[in-house]
Amino acid sequence: MTAKASPVRQATVGELIGMLIAAACVLPLIVIAALTENSGYAFHAMLGVVAALVGVVLIANRCFDGSVAVEPQEIGGKPNYNFGPVKFATVAAMFWGIAGFTVGLIIALQLAFPDLNFDLPWTNFGRMRPLHTSAVVFAFGGNVLISTSFYVVQRTCRARLAGVLSPWFVVLGYNLFIVIAGTGYLLGITQSKEYAEPEWYADLWLTIVWVVYLLVFLGTVMKRKEPHIYVANWFYLGFILTIAVLHIGNNVAIPVSILSPKSFGLWSGVQDAMFQWWYGHNAVGFFLTAGFLAIVYYFVPKRAERPIYSYRLSIIHFWALIFIYIWAGPHHLHYTALPDWAQTLGMTFSIMLWMPSWGGMINGIMTLSGAWDRLRTDPVLRMMVVSLAFYGMSTFEGPLMSIKAVNGLSHYTDWTIGHVHSGALGWVAYISFGAIYCLVPWLWNRKQLYSLKLVSWHFWVSTLGIVLYISAMWVSGILQGLMWRAYTSLGFLEYSFIETVAAMHPFYVIRAMGGALFLIGALIMAFNLWMTVRSESVAAMPRSDETQAPLAAAV
Amino acid sequence: MDQHHDDPKVHTLHVDPVTGQTTTGHEWDGIRELNTPLPRWWLGIFYATIIWSFGYWIVYPAWPLLTDATKGVFGYATRSDITVQMNELKAQRAVLAAGMAEATPEQIKADPALFQIAMAQGKAAFGDNCAACHGVGGAGAKGYPNLNDDDWLWGGSLDAIRQTILHGIRVAGNDETRVSQMPAFGRDGTLKREEINAVANHVRELAGLSTEPKANLALGRKLFADNCAACHGEDGKGNKEMGAPNLTDAITLYGMDMASLTETITNSRGGVMPAWGGRLDETTVKALTVYVHSLGGGQ
Ligand code: HEM
Ligand code: HEM
Repeated sequence: MTAKASPVRQATVGELIGMLIAAACVLPLIVIAALTENSGYAFHAMLGVVAALVGVVLIANRCFDGSVAVEPQEIGGKPNYNFGPVKFATVAAMFWGIAGFTVGLIIALQLAFPDLNFDLPWTNFGRMRPLHTSAVVFAFGGNVLISTSFYVVQRTCRARLAGVLSPWFVVLGYNLFIVIAGTGYLLGITQSKEYAEPEWYADLWLTIVWVVYLLVFLGTVMKRKEPHIYVANWFYLGFILTIAVLHIGNNVAIPVSILSPKSFGLWSGVQDAMFQWWYGHNAVGFFLTAGFLAIVYYFVPKRAERPIYSYRLSIIHFWALIFIYIWAGPHHLHYTALPDWAQTLGMTFSIMLWMPSWGGMINGIMTLSGAWDRLRTDPVLRMMVVSLAFYGMSTFEGPLMSIKAVNGLSHYTDWTIGHVHSGALGWVAYISFGAIYCLVPWLWNRKQLYSLKLVSWHFWVSTLGIVLYISAMWVSGILQGLMWRAYTSLGFLEYSFIETVAAMHPFYVIRAMGGALFLIGALIMAFNLWMTVRSESVAAMPRSDETQAPLAAAV
Repeated sequence: MDQHHDDPKVHTLHVDPVTGQTTTGHEWDGIRELNTPLPRWWLGIFYATIIWSFGYWIVYPAWPLLTDATKGVFGYATRSDITVQMNELKAQRAVLAAGMAEATPEQIKADPALFQIAMAQGKAAFGDNCAACHGVGGAGAKGYPNLNDDDWLWGGSLDAIRQTILHGIRVAGNDETRVSQMPAFGRDGTLKREEINAVANHVRELAGLSTEPKANLALGRKLFADNCAACHGEDGKGNKEMGAPNLTDAITLYGMDMASLTETITNSRGGVMPAWGGRLDETTVKALTVYVHSLGGGQ
């Protein structure tokens, strides 16, 4: 962008350090790759070598391609926002989303037609399932959170993202973690803790990336030109901070050796289970809820062009949510070796969590008051509002399922899977889609989306998919639970386990059809975004703190 | 723009024209926040859930203490709860099982009331313990015998079935288990490749199946008489005393195609079934005996 005074410049201290650290990793990683007996681990070490070399080249290139050492914080008195990493994470989110939905469809088909496991280790359900959950939650959801948080924090603080190389390190490093995790599962490397499957070395890498993420975010907040911190940023900060704590707490493990991917966790027995679900539940609470509520707090008022419904509600429900969520984990361990008192606390805190969760829904939906008519004309807004409705539904269902008597029926059944996906598809994915539909034209300086009609198609096709998915799972889950506990009049179990499995087949087929529709919707979205980026750029798009004309103009 | 952030006292009240509600006076990237109070119903339900939780903590085990936890006034514990439930079930069954305990399988078969109970209990026990190998309906699979037909490896009488269930097949360390071991003729070097081919063809001949055109059936017949007849009988009709299968009825455990037969003769087989005595109680075994006997092929 800047005038090319001299094509080559001296590297800055930061760039030198970056290159040195990356270069220093190369040799040890090669040694590990050469010495380890585990081929998957060797592959990961070599992946690390490639990443380190690419890192060196990318940094070095900055000194040759005419980019300035440190971009100015402001240009002409207006913040000079750093949108490169945001764009990358947005594209990555779309890519991983489609990959993750596809794998979801595959495992859904595998459950309906077990022959699709193909009797190969790599394509087995056991390896594909964590690939799905990580791809959708961490790769898709994570990139959405990184991209939107980096965008929102800049705009609501009127400050350029802190750091020069570090925002890129966060985005690229996080995606490297995703690749390590995903390929690891397929190669059989896992520590077998749900949602925390990656082994010690991947965990360590993520820890580094995450700490830098926290620093970049905090640094930007500290530089802010606004007197107050906007509520979306509290939610982002709550999410980033808590995930760091959870990730470290659940993953303390001692590797067998530096040459082995295998490690042993510090916790064992019921303590391990408790740590796992303290982590697991708060992954839901802080990753899939707090982070996406932050998205609501920025994108919904922006798109609706309306003020947030209630400032007071946002404070109260934020602190209540943060405080109560952290206790609710034991509801994943009802009727297990976990002591009764812990089960009670998990259940009661889940009940108390109901209203704090709904606070976000109320604030999001009521922000539309005065703009309800937009729902008819703006499918993007409609998607976000429907996502809030799904959020409300799954945060009502969750406390219900936490009640021990209900959980006795729902636990281990497809009801849980239905609950997960009403939250995951309806809430997480929909609010993400809404945000990305807003972001892409803003980031690429396009006047509007290529086609709102296609957004409408996406909305209807995928809504039908969600409805098929979750209603099939509710029916099959409750059927399954009832079959398991059915006794004959003579006092014997009515069904053998395998009969209950066979009874699930039709619902698994319906679920797979729902998944296919959801995937088709996402493909329509990708096409629409692609065409948007290809369309003509609006030169006059303000690159400042001025309120961007939201896309409503396009309606 | 009404942003006097530096001095809170000079906030000009900004009023949202649509709702008539004031805003907080701040603005971020064009976003404002209304001063709407908390919805009352929201607060009401929130308080209600908190009060309910306090009540729940009083009556159920809830808060950890130094070495123990509060017990709750209901005296509830998951452990005792399951014991109570299991005892209720046992009591319900005891009434029915009273007759079952004394009766022999023969008596059970003869008594319609007991028979009904045995079939119900047998079906449930079969589904949980046996169906994994033998299939829900007992139809079996390759390597796992079909229990619906009248072809029995170790005998299809009530006594024989009960014996098999109690002690299993080829269970290491069980003196009464069913054991037999067909030699691995190929692996042990007893028969050569062509000889195995000849015997396999002869076995197909015995079962009335087609043989390969170039098969040396005469050699097969001779080798069968020398090596196999001791167990399977001259006519190939098998011997239940030693668990030697009947080869003439086309009912087969491992397959009668040439590849499967060649594998069986070369390396032998030797499937294992667990012994259920000790794992399942007497009455359950009895019920299973009657159930399996009644699947279709009892003798
Ligand atoms: C095309 C869309 C999708 C399909 C077809 C699909 C399908 C599946 C299937 C078949 C399972 C395994 C269920 C089982 O083991 O019984 C599963 C699990 C899971 N999926 Fe999805 N999924 C989709 C999208 C998503 C999305 C977008 C998310 C999150 C943002 C998600 C999160 C999860 C999670 C967390 C689990 C594990 C649930 C548990 O262990 O209780 N899925 N999915
Ligand atoms: C107030 C809020 C919520 C509560 C109290 C809650 C409660 C529960 C309960 C009781 C279970 C079943 C545990 C079991 O029987 O194993 C569960 C499972 C789950 N929920 Fe929620 N839920 C809430 C909101 C959400 C939301 C919004 C999402 C997703 C975006 C979500 C995602 C999940 C996932 C992924 C699981 C499956 C965990 C597993 O077993 O793998 N939950 N939740």
